[in-house]
Amino acid sequence: MNAPTNRHSGVSLQVRGLRKSFDGQAVLNGIDFEVQPGEIFVIMGPSGSGKSVLLKHLIGLESPDAGEILINGESIQTPEIASKYRLALVFQSGALFNSLTVGENVGLYLSEHRLKPPAEIARIVAEKLEDVGLKGTEDKIPGELSGGMKKRVAIARALVIEPQLILYDEPTSELDPLSAIVIGEEILKLQQRIHVTSLVVSHDRDLAFGVADRIAVINEGRILTIGTPDEVKRFDDPLVQSFLHADFKREPQSKSL
Amino acid sequence: MFENIGEIFLLFWRTLLSLPLAWRQRQKVLDQFFEIGNASLLMVCVLSFFIGAVIALQTGPVLVERGLASAVGGIVGISMAKELAPVMMAILIAGRIGSAMAAEIGSMRVYQEIDALRTMNINPVHYLVLPRLVAIAFALPMLVVFAILVGWLGGAIVVETNSHIAIPFQAFFADLRDIVVLKDVANGVFKSFCFALIIGVVSCHQGLATIGGPRGIGRSVTKAVVNSIILIVIFDYVLTRVLLQ
Repeated sequence: MNAPTNRHSGVSLQVRGLRKSFDGQAVLNGIDFEVQPGEIFVIMGPSGSGKSVLLKHLIGLESPDAGEILINGESIQTPEIASKYRLALVFQSGALFNSLTVGENVGLYLSEHRLKPPAEIARIVAEKLEDVGLKGTEDKIPGELSGGMKKRVAIARALVIEPQLILYDEPTSELDPLSAIVIGEEILKLQQRIHVTSLVVSHDRDLAFGVADRIAVINEGRILTIGTPDEVKRFDDPLVQSFLHADFKREPQSKSL
Repeated sequence: MFENIGEIFLLFWRTLLSLPLAWRQRQKVLDQFFEIGNASLLMVCVLSFFIGAVIALQTGPVLVERGLASAVGGIVGISMAKELAPVMMAILIAGRIGSAMAAEIGSMRVYQEIDALRTMNINPVHYLVLPRLVAIAFALPMLVVFAILVGWLGGAIVVETNSHIAIPFQAFFADLRDIVVLKDVANGVFKSFCFALIIGVVSCHQGLATIGGPRGIGRSVTKAVVNSIILIVIFDYVLTRVLLQ
């Protein structure tokens, strides 16, 4: 993961015919899509539709049964891919190391790979924490942070890698609407500032339509549609429409005498 | 346990291959060493003192009655050095440290911290397993040397103060020196080194193999301790046979 060819440029991502089963149960049923460099691509779908499994394939934590994933045209299975391109995943839970401080969490990539001297790491950590609005939290431990702050620390940890592709797994889950907006703004700011390619997996409709250049809707391991937010809104499919417009239906209570 | 034996050996082999990186991980090794040594010292002290004491108490009166008072020091000395200190301390450390290793790594697995390491191109074997294995491989033999000495002391105090035995302190240690040689202590220390590797690799493997939530972590902790103890007892026999030749 050293010496990037171009520090601040996103990569393209192609997913072709991706299939995966666990214990005979198909989770991904032939996924195909393409993400352009610098694009914010959102994958939406109900819980259990295969979104998180798809993300794990994209970062190399799972191997597909069939199909391929290409970064700038190169298969993610090739051993050099990790040293050639910088990919980062912001986990749904944040996945911060509870035994480390916030500063140690954010600087872990640099310190473990010995990419910078300690003073430089401290400076970078402070800078990235400031970028996500958490200046001065280096010495806190993850247990002292709120859910939203944990997610922002996880984003700061991903930023230290100077990623060319950043994957977000349900970045606004468990957050209040105000914190969710802050996270959405962070995603947009990053894309504008470093032109990173962003792939967001979420079932948060507000986030998806607020940040996405394009949206894919996934259900039962298949992509139902891909398009701009307006195209997806207009897509005439009962499943897509029911997912996009699902709301409470409160029956008027009958007055009992 | 036996279905995972291949995975355990593979993890051990991978950790051995990463040994050249141990110096880079020296701070983590020292942290683990302090955790294992410092946290266990008092328990080791109490346990080994009373083990030495009870052996003296069990064997002393019988041997003195038969005119074999000079054998008491040797029996306490040999049994502590070659068998009881290494095995009992290994069982203690399996319960005290092996469980902690499995719980910590298991919770990291369950809460995706190990996945996060992989996404940062950090090898969990180098980052988590290597420092723990190196630390326990040094700490347990040192604790065993300490346990042997404290066990002898426990035996000496009992033989002097118990009216049915009444062997003077100096005579006990003189008899002990006549029978126990450095090789006996070295045997015990070598055994404890092997037991340390078993505890470390079994507990780390169990942690890395954790699935599910808190219940899965609990299951891993139990399996780590039970499997470690079973392997310690089996290997104790094998090593004793080998070292006797």
